[in-house]
Amino acid sequence: MPERRVAITGLGVVTPAGAGMDALWEALLAGQSFTRKIAAFDAGAFPTDLGGCVENFSARDYVPKNYRKSVKIMARDIELAVGAAGLALADAGIVTAAAGEGAATTIESCRLGCNIGAGLICTDLDEIGVALATALDDEGKFSMAKWGAGGINNLTPLWLLKYLPNMLACHVTIVHGAKGPSNTITCGDASAHLAIGEAARLVARGGADAVIAGGAESKLNPMGLLRQSLLKRLCTTWRDDASGACRPFDTQHAGTVIGEGGGLLVIEEMEHARLRGARMYAEVVGFASSCDPNGIEVEKPSAGGLGLAVRAAMKDAGIIPRQVGLIVTHGTAVPGEDVCETAEWRSVLGDLAGRIPAVAITGSLGSLFAGAGGVELAAAARALHSRCVPPTVNFSAAAPDCGLALASTARPGDFEYAVSAAFSVGGQSGACVLRRIEP
Amino acid sequence: MGTVNPLGHDVESTWQALLACESGIAETGNFDARTFSTKFSAEVKGYDLTRHVPNAARHVHAGRHCRFALGAAAQAWKQSGLADYADLDRTRLGIYLGSGEGSIDFDNFTGTIVDSWRDGKVDTRRWAELAFRRMELYREAEQESNMVVAHLAAEFGARGPAFNVLTACAASTQAIGEAALQVRRGDADVMLTGGAHSMIHPYGVTGFIRLTALSSRNDDIASASRPFDQTRDGFVLGEGSSILVIETLEHAAKRGAKVLAEIVGYGSSADAFRVTDQDPDGAGAAASMRMALDDARLAPADIDYISAHGTGTKQNDQVETLAVKSVFGGLAYKVPISSVKSMLGHLIAAAGATELITCILAIRDQVLPPTINLHHPDPDCDLDYVPNAPRKAQVRTCMSNSFGFGGQNDTLIIVGQKE
Repeated sequence: MPERRVAITGLGVVTPAGAGMDALWEALLAGQSFTRKIAAFDAGAFPTDLGGCVENFSARDYVPKNYRKSVKIMARDIELAVGAAGLALADAGIVTAAAGEGAATTIESCRLGCNIGAGLICTDLDEIGVALATALDDEGKFSMAKWGAGGINNLTPLWLLKYLPNMLACHVTIVHGAKGPSNTITCGDASAHLAIGEAARLVARGGADAVIAGGAESKLNPMGLLRQSLLKRLCTTWRDDASGACRPFDTQHAGTVIGEGGGLLVIEEMEHARLRGARMYAEVVGFASSCDPNGIEVEKPSAGGLGLAVRAAMKDAGIIPRQVGLIVTHGTAVPGEDVCETAEWRSVLGDLAGRIPAVAITGSLGSLFAGAGGVELAAAARALHSRCVPPTVNFSAAAPDCGLALASTARPGDFEYAVSAAFSVGGQSGACVLRRIEP
Repeated sequence: MGTVNPLGHDVESTWQALLACESGIAETGNFDARTFSTKFSAEVKGYDLTRHVPNAARHVHAGRHCRFALGAAAQAWKQSGLADYADLDRTRLGIYLGSGEGSIDFDNFTGTIVDSWRDGKVDTRRWAELAFRRMELYREAEQESNMVVAHLAAEFGARGPAFNVLTACAASTQAIGEAALQVRRGDADVMLTGGAHSMIHPYGVTGFIRLTALSSRNDDIASASRPFDQTRDGFVLGEGSSILVIETLEHAAKRGAKVLAEIVGYGSSADAFRVTDQDPDGAGAAASMRMALDDARLAPADIDYISAHGTGTKQNDQVETLAVKSVFGGLAYKVPISSVKSMLGHLIAAAGATELITCILAIRDQVLPPTINLHHPDPDCDLDYVPNAPRKAQVRTCMSNSFGFGGQNDTLIIVGQKE
């Protein structure tokens, strides 16, 4: 069958700026950044104690009453996904099984799919520690013998299920009765672009009418902070107000800030959306993914493969560089990565890369890892729909070799096409091309 | 195709072992499991990456399951003949895997928590001081599940589409199905696909024991994996990797490649039922099978053999049987369905790809691998599971099922090539 057309009809984001796209959009327009000293645990002995934290949020508010006890077996990443899913579906005006038995659901369950990117979720240290503490030898050292013999019984039986990456999709499908195809992509910062792209393909070929797609992650914990520190990706030198630390492409960029968040979109078949009178933010007209064969060199900053993904996505969309109205960058603010990312955009767009309006949202939120792409694409869709490029928070002037056309003020405009792309440590990239939809 | 698993480090020796009804299960050696309620697993034994990848220097940081994947991929690459194909466009060579997370640095992770434990919780300041001294960059970085894709990209110079999925036990079936769709659409000419996993480490075993998912038949470990048997008591944890090279028929024909099988159908669904349990009606599993049949434009009567998910848990085997009956109706009693997990154990993310390889071989050799350890009939599991001995059969079309923890269900259908 010929490919069907695909629209974005719902935006659901849970970020340090709050719950919902309006909160994030207003924060971006106001130039607000939410990175500050981490409060969830004492990070004083880490090279940095800065983070972008989601506050005043509980997944309990996004599940039916009878599902609230299940929140106890959700890792933070899962909670963020459940929240973002609820917000996206509500934004799309889609009624699901979450509304209760007997509710008239908008979409048949087997036609509602799910594709949620996730990261490596570490067990909560205190949770495992309580059990480990019961398996020590006389010298206070861990004893495998004691652990196997009974120490493990001090872990909740569902412990493993709390931290599996596919449980983000699992809980979302249960809450919303989504029985269509379901996937869980684990490619670092590229995960959400890949999930959204794959979801668009699924809808285009008729395998589902709508898909909840994007990603969520929280590295806001000791292991997350440790691993990013070992990779030397974090800003450790910022001495001023913490909100200014994450500075994508800026002359003072000095590393990223750990954040957490979820970004999920409702990807829906266009006729289906039109028939039910849904608001359509944008059309997904192109998608591609690529690999960087040097991705295993994780110590070397790279945005490897981004250019190839963007080039292929534009080809998929049938557009050429001068048609691109807006670039939504990944913008990690890791200096080497900002330089590499700029070069990748240039490799596809040539000199236009320095003129096409561009934006990064990391300055406001920090790095959201598997959640980043979902939030970036939500921002791209909203920018097209609202006819406005939001400011890049914490950007004042471009660092050398980072000459993309970012700005610290909002820029209105009738952009027809937006390109958004992201790359992972490890070398996977995903790129999506969106087109504005006339109301 | 290529494989590294508890029964062998290549396709032919694995197949011979399966047809000889061998068990890959032994006492766990990866760690000291002697006091655990499950003391055995199906481990890969005596594996040497350099036999498959002579110059493995670039992969010095690769973790255990990644090393399996490199070996399996090297076998598949060699068999495909792509190494000699000068016109391979590497921007159209992609990788789509279902790879698990790498092994945690157990001693340092655990020791750091224990040594910073104060008043019922971790003193994160002390923890940080210790962790930065003990943890290593690459040991940590290689735990991210996308690193296997990264290592394969390095080995084969891939620049095309790159995905990793981790839908638990369904992951590599899902990866192969999604990869096939990308190739079908023209997003890539060639894809390396399959899966890799090793959870035979203290926390992996701990997690599954807490879920009561593992067999604890310590007094008879060779027969502990008993899919569909009335006395089954859980699955046996395995490890390994299986990788396949897939490409369009046109691309294969153009370069004179031998086609081992054609992927004709793929189905995917979610149970959306409960975190801990499968939908007891098997509706999700049935949906996945029906979707694959529709995709292939085939009817149940066209299926000559089903490679079951068949983990050996009380629940899965019963639900899977129900699901097969719901899709196949009366024909369910006629189509042979076996579980090679009875011999290999459960390779989790790598299971689906490994099982698909056994389907390809079943077609090639016209013989069905058995479900071994099947001696006590279960009235709820009354299909033809090819019990205890391989069986010659006319096989051209096979269905392979994988149902993941968390309710993600995936099905593939392949057809042998007419010579």
